[in-house]
Amino acid sequence: MPVKAANDDPEKARRFRDAALPHLDDVYTLARYLLRDAADAEDAVQECYLRALKHFDSYRGPAMKPWLFAILRNVCRAEYARRASSPTAPIDDVPDDAAQTPLWHEAQETPEAQMLHRWDSTTIGRLVAALAEPFRETLVLREIHDLSYREIADVVGAPVGTVMSRLARARAMLRSAWMAEEEQPK
Amino acid sequence: MTCDEAEILLHALIDGELDAGHARAVEDHIAGCPRCAAQLHAYREMSKAVAGADLRYAAPPELRRRIEASLPQARAVPNRRAVLKGFAMGSAVSAIAATGLVAIILRSDDEARIESEVVSAHLRSLQAGHLTDVLSTDQHTVKPWFNGKLDVAPPVIDLTAQGFTLIGGRLDYVDTRPIGAIVYRRRAHVINLFVAQTASAEPRSARIDSIQGFNIRRWSVRGLNYWAVSDLAADELAEFGDKFEATMKSGTGTAG
Repeated sequence: MPVKAANDDPEKARRFRDAALPHLDDVYTLARYLLRDAADAEDAVQECYLRALKHFDSYRGPAMKPWLFAILRNVCRAEYARRASSPTAPIDDVPDDAAQTPLWHEAQETPEAQMLHRWDSTTIGRLVAALAEPFRETLVLREIHDLSYREIADVVGAPVGTVMSRLARARAMLRSAWMAEEEQPK
Repeated sequence: MTCDEAEILLHALIDGELDAGHARAVEDHIAGCPRCAAQLHAYREMSKAVAGADLRYAAPPELRRRIEASLPQARAVPNRRAVLKGFAMGSAVSAIAATGLVAIILRSDDEARIESEVVSAHLRSLQAGHLTDVLSTDQHTVKPWFNGKLDVAPPVIDLTAQGFTLIGGRLDYVDTRPIGAIVYRRRAHVINLFVAQTASAEPRSARIDSIQGFNIRRWSVRGLNYWAVSDLAADELAEFGDKFEATMKSGTGTAG
């Protein structure tokens, strides 16, 4: 194989492979939740790894996973833009009142409401995927990927305080959906 | 502390993100506020349920392969082509030896790590629905299935007559590279036979190791490394390997 560019440096490729490929399932999982489409997620993940290799020289840590997530998120933004320009595929299903929904109204505290139904993974996954952005993203990074608030803040480029309030709202929304699901089992 | 503040901070408490001072402030508030206490309890339960749910996706093997293929080769092994050629000429299973995909060159110095990865791959394969990508007892179905997926053609041999039933093939990943796995069954025991190209053309005789209660019989012949992994007893796994090698040598099992 002819060496034509810096990207063809085999030693760099080996280091990149060792550092980045073990996170492939994580990156793919995040892409699935961000894009909610298997084929789009695959394309985004591949693009993410191409970009990551390109910028691998400037990677200084600390952790590989959040770094890959931040790149993936940028890739997904381009996909959002593409969908936004297509009238049939709305990207962002944030209900108009999502930002205004007061936390208090999410759940009435009755003894029944405190009993949390044990939904199966499929149902929980569906409820999470149905959350509006940016709350879905924050919740997925915290609950599924187990990132710290600081890491989430770095990935999404927002202050830690914003991450905290988004996470609080995300959980309130999820809980509300969780209860609604309980009331009307399909 | 007001309920509004506690409503936000109790999440940080759940997530272990509060410093001692704030944590105590939230706990003090909650101790005197049944409503916030109920919230904390409910969110903690929900968080646990979400954490306990299987919400992850596994990247499709095809995606992994595409990304692998887009990376420059890790190391150039000067005699790779020679090894390939030797293998191609020496074996009846050569037709698809070079497909232009990423080569699997396994370095001999990290054998132990690879053996443990092979055992991991074996364990993964035993999870529901992961055992075979192509399900067939017919070697002429399993063998061509690997075409275009690997740059070696793993020999697929039917050993049913010898007591080991061929049940299919699978594309797996070891050492972050695609690798062919041929799956056999003996009674209730699954044997995964992993086949990868070796950097050295030297044949190596069989050796049996044991990792995490699994036996691994490893050997090299004609430029290919083999790892047979199973929970079968070592003597039965040795028998499998012996019969595989004998059939391979006699050439009766490799036609096709």
